Amino acid sequence: MELFLQSIVNSLIQGGFFALWAVGLVLIFGVMGVVNFAHGELVMVGAYTVWLLHAQNDVPFLIAIPVAIIIAMMIGLVMERFLFRPNRTDPLAGLICSIGVLFILQVIAHEVGGTGPAKQVAPPFNQIVEIGESLRIPMQRLFSLGVAIASLGVLWFFLTKTKLGWALRAVALDREASALQGININRISMIAIGVGAAMAGLAGALMAPLQNITPHMGHNVIITAFIVTIVGGVGSLSGAVAAAFIYAAFHTFVTAYFNGTVATICGLLIMVVVLIIKPTGIMGVKVSE
Amino acid sequence: MSIKNLIICIVILAGLVALPHFLAYNFQDLLIFLAVNVLVVVSYRLVTLTGEWSLIHVVMMGVGAYASAMLSKMAGFPFWISMPIAGLTAATIAALLCFPLFRMTQFYFLIGSFAAGEAIRLVWIYFIDPFGGSSGINNLPPPELGDIDFYEPIPYFYMTLIIVTISLFILYRIEKSRVGLTLNAVHWKAPLAESVGVDTWKYRSLALIVGSFFVGIAGALKVHYLGVVTPHQFGIGVMVFVLIWVIVGGYASFVGPIIGVVVLTVFDQGLRASGIVDPAVQPAVYGAVLIASILFMPEGLEGIGKRFFSKSSGENA
Repeated sequence: MELFLQSIVNSLIQGGFFALWAVGLVLIFGVMGVVNFAHGELVMVGAYTVWLLHAQNDVPFLIAIPVAIIIAMMIGLVMERFLFRPNRTDPLAGLICSIGVLFILQVIAHEVGGTGPAKQVAPPFNQIVEIGESLRIPMQRLFSLGVAIASLGVLWFFLTKTKLGWALRAVALDREASALQGININRISMIAIGVGAAMAGLAGALMAPLQNITPHMGHNVIITAFIVTIVGGVGSLSGAVAAAFIYAAFHTFVTAYFNGTVATICGLLIMVVVLIIKPTGIMGVKVSE
Repeated sequence: MSIKNLIICIVILAGLVALPHFLAYNFQDLLIFLAVNVLVVVSYRLVTLTGEWSLIHVVMMGVGAYASAMLSKMAGFPFWISMPIAGLTAATIAALLCFPLFRMTQFYFLIGSFAAGEAIRLVWIYFIDPFGGSSGINNLPPPELGDIDFYEPIPYFYMTLIIVTISLFILYRIEKSRVGLTLNAVHWKAPLAESVGVDTWKYRSLALIVGSFFVGIAGALKVHYLGVVTPHQFGIGVMVFVLIWVIVGGYASFVGPIIGVVVLTVFDQGLRASGIVDPAVQPAVYGAVLIASILFMPEGLEGIGKRFFSKSSGENA
């Protein structure tokens, strides 16, 4: 019972991270049609920034987080302006370029952090919240979950209540028709990748105190983000968020009761099954051509 | 194949037969892996002919490698039998995967093939019996034939060269045959091809199965020289290198990917030998080359060569 309750809490926290990873990928794919393979590396950049500023140079954690977001966002903007925009007509070219960026970011992280064991950041919030008799949640994880949910809420507000958010969704729906309505596609693309990369940077910053930081931590991120994106429906943000929490629950429970590798294998198989049975995902809608 | 091309092929082959005798020991090793990689990229091109970019190709190489390794290590099969079975095993797994994978196209296929490949790779890592887990299977026996010592790189290179040359010839014939032309039609005009009665699903599957057969053989060739097979030899990172070779070389023609893998391997070694670039930084150089080739030479190295030649012939006319 104890393990069960603890697993539920853990899956919520994991779900928050998974959702942050996936919404960026969905935004970028939806608006620009590019699969950003370097998305996991943007998360890694966020984590490294926090390690460098907070753990190495004693910058307060709450200042390191916005810096991490800004750095990830800048990288995203550069990618859009110089790599994705010239290749707008060829989605494969954009994907290949993002693989190039992936290599470069990993090497930069390797150069900045040096070799040796994985980097760790001591959690800035040490308190432990106790609920009932058996449930103990570290404050750090609770903080991460709160920030993740708050930023997803802000994103939801932006996309559904502001004019810019409507424009962004319109471009994702039909790029040419939106251009004809006077929407500046390039500007919207910059906003989409800016927001997506910022979410990735935020996720990395929040994860930094909770796990080992290595140049290759993006690999796990991108696999999970793919699974979540596909299961949720490629164009659907709400689907991705729902799928993130469902998959996090699944992954946490299988890991707790069996093994982490088995959990990932099952996740990948679920994704293949979803692709076969309902390629539009659990929340996707069929788009007529 | 025209007479001119045939002569070029014979000259290149003669050069390759002589080449290892002029190279240091570690470069002889490299030549074997280069020959294997040529087979990997050319078989990959057959899969991409239908317009679908699969990310499972290197995992299929691993399926062949594991099949051959397990047969020779656990059942005592000689290499000459386990190698063709490696190809057949990869082809069989590919045939099974066609049912789920080719219900998707484009982006979905890319991600689906990636997922299926990762799942296979994680199975190797997770099931220590019989796959050996992360450390894989080691002490694989080399091929045996008369008195030839296949622990030595030169004999192994000659064997690899013969097998790769035969495979390339078959792959070339397939591409130029009616089947190859149909694959092209499936890529560029799928609805039209369907309307005249071409079963596009069948042809996409055929390309994946045949490509997997040859890459399975490439896998067997690689691991029996190394003597060890591990899941990490077939990760997404390796797949990315295959993509780089094919794209930098130019995937529009048969020779493009071969040019890509040869030029980048030589470039890589030159970089290493020059000592200008720290080995840890090399992936970044690769990344930069990849981005530059997408931005500045969308047809790859092969496209640049073609443009150069057509310009000079234009001046002659």
